[in-house]
Parts: sequence; C-alpha cells; structure tokens
Amino acid sequence: MIEWFDSHLVYALILILFVIGLYGMFLKQNLLKKVIGMTIFQSAIILFFVAGAYIKGATVPIYLADAASSQEYMNPLPHTLMLTAIVVGVATVGLALSLLIVIYRRYGSLEEPEILKRMQ
Amino acid sequence: MSHIPVLIPLVYLVGALLIPLCGGYKKGGIAQFIGVLFSFLGVALSSIGLLEVVKSGAIKYVLAGWTSSVGIELVLDPLSAFMAWVVTAVSFVVLLYSKEVLKVELPERRGPFISVCLLLIMGLLGISLTGDLFNLYVFLEITSLAMYIILSIGGDKRAPVSVFRYLILGTLGASFYLLGVGFILLETGTLNMTNVAESLASSGLNQPAVILGVLMMIIGVAVKMAVFPLHGWLPDVYSHASSIGTSLIAPIGTKVSAYVVIRLLFFVVNPETGGFPIPIYTVIGFLGAIGIVWGSLMAVSQTDLKRMLAYSSVGQVGYIALGIGLATPLGIIGALLHTLNHACMKACLFLVSSNIYSQYGHTDIRRFDPSMRKKMRWTSAAFAVSALSMIGLPPTAGFFSKWYLVRTSVEESQWIFLVAIVLSSLLNAVYFFRILERMYLRNGLQEEETKASGVMAQGIKPSMMIGTLILGAGIFVIAYGNVWIVENLLRPITY
Repeated sequence: MIEWFDSHLVYALILILFVIGLYGMFLKQNLLKKVIGMTIFQSAIILFFVAGAYIKGATVPIYLADAASSQEYMNPLPHTLMLTAIVVGVATVGLALSLLIVIYRRYGSLEEPEILKRMQ
Repeated sequence: MSHIPVLIPLVYLVGALLIPLCGGYKKGGIAQFIGVLFSFLGVALSSIGLLEVVKSGAIKYVLAGWTSSVGIELVLDPLSAFMAWVVTAVSFVVLLYSKEVLKVELPERRGPFISVCLLLIMGLLGISLTGDLFNLYVFLEITSLAMYIILSIGGDKRAPVSVFRYLILGTLGASFYLLGVGFILLETGTLNMTNVAESLASSGLNQPAVILGVLMMIIGVAVKMAVFPLHGWLPDVYSHASSIGTSLIAPIGTKVSAYVVIRLLFFVVNPETGGFPIPIYTVIGFLGAIGIVWGSLMAVSQTDLKRMLAYSSVGQVGYIALGIGLATPLGIIGALLHTLNHACMKACLFLVSSNIYSQYGHTDIRRFDPSMRKKMRWTSAAFAVSALSMIGLPPTAGFFSKWYLVRTSVEESQWIFLVAIVLSSLLNAVYFFRILERMYLRNGLQEEETKASGVMAQGIKPSMMIGTLILGAGIFVIAYGNVWIVENLLRPITY
C-alpha cells in the first residue's frame, strides 16, 4: 500500500489539478477565471510529463563518465518537450489575454452572461 | 537527397518573416505582393513534391542530419503530399483574391494579417508533413494561434467573444492530444510515427495506457476537426470572422485535422489488427453520420449565407468522418476526394459570399434578388456551380466523392450511413435551391433597389473575379479528372 502511494501519489495530485483546471475552464462565468483554469490545466499536463520521466534514485541527465547504465539518468526527452509546451502555453495565454482586452473595451465586462446580454 | 519536404513549409515561414523586414506592415501592397509570390512558390514546390512522390515513392527527410529515431522526421508520402497540395493550392487562390477585400476590411492591418496567414499555412503544412507526434502538437498550436488571430480581427463586432470560446475549447483539444502523446511516449519510448507504429504492432493495443493515449489523441484532434458533438465552436467563429479569414480557414482548417485522424488511425495505431477494445471506426462513422444530418438541418434554418455555409461545413466534415469510419480503401478514397472537393467548393462559396457582401453590404438570404444575376453574372454562375457540387449532382465534383462513399456504404451494408448521405443531399438541395430560386427563377428587377449599397463602390474587381472563377472551374476540373486523381494520387495511399 505504502509503495503504491509512493509511486502513484503524484499522479493523483496531477489528476486533482487537471480537474480543477477543467472546472475553471467550463463552469466559471468570468472569462479571466477561464484563462486561469486553462493555465492550471496546462500545468497539470506539464507535471504529468515531468513525473513520467522520473526514475527513483537517478540523477540529472548530464553525462557522467562513471555511470553504468542509462537507468542512472532521468529521461531528458519529456523535459525538453515540456519546455516547448510551456512556450506554447505562454503564447496561448498572451493571445487569450489580448482577446479579453478587446472584449472588455467593447462590452465593458468580463462576465459571460453580461457579455451575452450586451451582444444582442 | 531531396530537400522538398522541408522547403514546402519553410517558404511560407520565410515569406511571413520577410513581410515586416521589407516594411510590409506599413505598406500593405508590399505585403500582398510577398504573400502571393511566396504562396505561388509554395504551390510550385508542393506540385513538384506531389509529382515526385507519385513517380518514385515517399521521401523521408530528417532535420539537421540526425537519425530518424532522434531527430524530427518530415515525411512526404502520397497522403501528406496530397494534403500539402490541397492546402497550398486553395490558400494561394484565396490570397490572390484577398487584395481588394483586405483594402476595405482591414485597411490599416493588411501587412500583419497576411503575415499571420502565411504562418497559418506553414502550420497546416507542418501538420501534414511531420512524422513526429510531438512536432505535430507544436504545429497544431501554431496553426491554432494563427487561426485565433485571423478569425478575431476585421470581422463582426462579436468575433473576439466567439474566438475566445474557440480558444478555450481548442486549447482543451490540443492539451488532450498532448496528454495522449504523453501516454504513448511513456509506453513506447519514442515519438517517431514509424517507430511508434512498429512498437505498438509488436506490443498490441490492449493495454490501459495505450487505450487511454489513443483515445485522448483522437478526441483532442476531433475538437479541431469539429466532428459532431465537438463542433459547437465552429458556426459562431466562421460567421463572425472577416470574409478573407473565413475563406482561408473554412476550406482547409478542419480538413487538416481530419488528415491527422486518418494518419493516426491508419498509419500509426491500426486499431483493427492491434486488438483495440473500443470499436473506434464505428463510433467515428456514426458521429459523422449524425453530424451530416445535424449540420444540414441547421443550415436549412439559417437566414444568413455565411452562417448557413458554416453549418454546412459541419455537415461536410461529417462526410469525411463517415469515410474514415467505413475504414475500407474505397471509403478512405471517398473521404480524401471529398476533402479536395469540399476545399474547392467551400472556398468558392465563401468567396462568392464575400463578393456579395462587397456589393450589397449584407449576406441575408431573404434579401437576395434577381438583380444579382445581372449585376454579378460570373459570381452567380460560380455560386450555382458550387451549390450543385455541394448537393452532389453528376457533372460536378461533389457527385464523385459522394458516389464513393455511397458505394462503400452499400458494400459494407452500412444502411444508416446510406440514409444519412441521401437525406443530407436532399437537405443540401433545399438550402441551396432557395438561394438559386431567388437569384435565377424570379422575374422583375427592382431597379431602385439595385443601387450599390455595398462596402465597395465599383463593381467586382478583376483580382476578385479571377479567384472565384479559378475555384469554379476547379470544380469541373476535379470532376473530369477524378479518375486520374483517384488512380494516381489516392490509390497509392491505401496500399
């Protein structure tokens, strides 16, 4: 039981973050809170990749002359992928925020029902 | 070693970056010239690539001289070469068309707009050509970001709100895809599509991580493809965007995602041979069939031409999904031929709607009158041809792709699919004929109403005419060349 928790607890925590993000994206009425939910959601995925690359007792993936096997390093590939994913996420959030600025200037509100009312 | 696979997307990237360097952000004319020139180069390169692939088989290209298991691989095989050609050709015609309309719709921001358009096309080509699952995610997001920008500026006042909704849903889709890639990566240890396919073929698909990964990837891409229950973003976004934005994105945007589904299901995963526990083809096929009927029904009830075309896009994506769901060589051929047909005719219809808007200042079907056939003779003709093609009447391109789908449905005894196709063809006839009736079958020109009230003072400019007519003629070219296209371009894909 303890061993299972030791290896799987992190995934349970990621799942919680994942659900919080989804909740923010779809059930919050405020558009800014939707963006916040989106970033939490993306962070959950980034953490999932990083956690998947983790090998217990292994070291950072920098070449060591006396390392016996590849099992002594953590897998560097997911880390590099996530660097790209972070950049993509920043671009998306930037674009979302700039859309919100335009929406706020046009409708004077970021609450979805209010905007829908003024769109009529 | 041939460099064509990397040159095709690179041409557009260079063009996009050259526009600000040449001062195109200040002078729209320069940007327009660079845009058309570089997309012409793109068409030329993708045509060469397509011919080369037809003649001598797939070209694999690994960036930066790595081996294919380490570096990012670009693959120009019959499927991706076909898709790349469709993307470059349609986008070239739309960019050729865009000059006069952009002058009116986006007078200050033509340069940046065209720059982003080129980035969008680069992203779409990247998706088509890449042989790496993660690289596909990056291109998917480049495409989506460019789409959000193009769709939110220059159009209706409500565009930013609908694009924001699309952004939330689109990010969800891309994130699901990424999560799916994560599962596949942790299970197989590689991202290269060929290696993943080999690894999955030897290990089998009936493992929780693989099942979850594949499902998440497909669901993620299905959001971008706008398959039936996930299509909610599409109608608002398309009908609120600027005319050039919609004309550029509607024909090719969702099709490339459909291509990703084909690529994943037939070249990477192979659910049938690998013992995948969920009947994924049947599910996609049925969702497609529902989407066809739903999209057509909604299109019938619309009164705005652009919104009607947007709903009809939902239906047309359904046809492609149905072809994928049939999962036989003939079904895939039907789906791909329909991709080409629909790209051509939907682009033509959206350009026609932009022509009408430029002359009349509205696209309200109830206010269409017979003066259109006098004032815009060729535009009306192009509309009639593409409308007949959408319905699927024999001398036009739309008939042939529907024929392949109908034939395969009969061969596979999928009677529900058959009913959906026939029913939607009838509904298509309803919603297009009510416009044709207003244009052609009514008498009495009310001269006082035909005064130019549109956004463009003079008649339709030659540059706009050329674009519309190329696509209108394209419908006939595809129709008469369909045997050649199927035998030489599509048949090799299914082997």
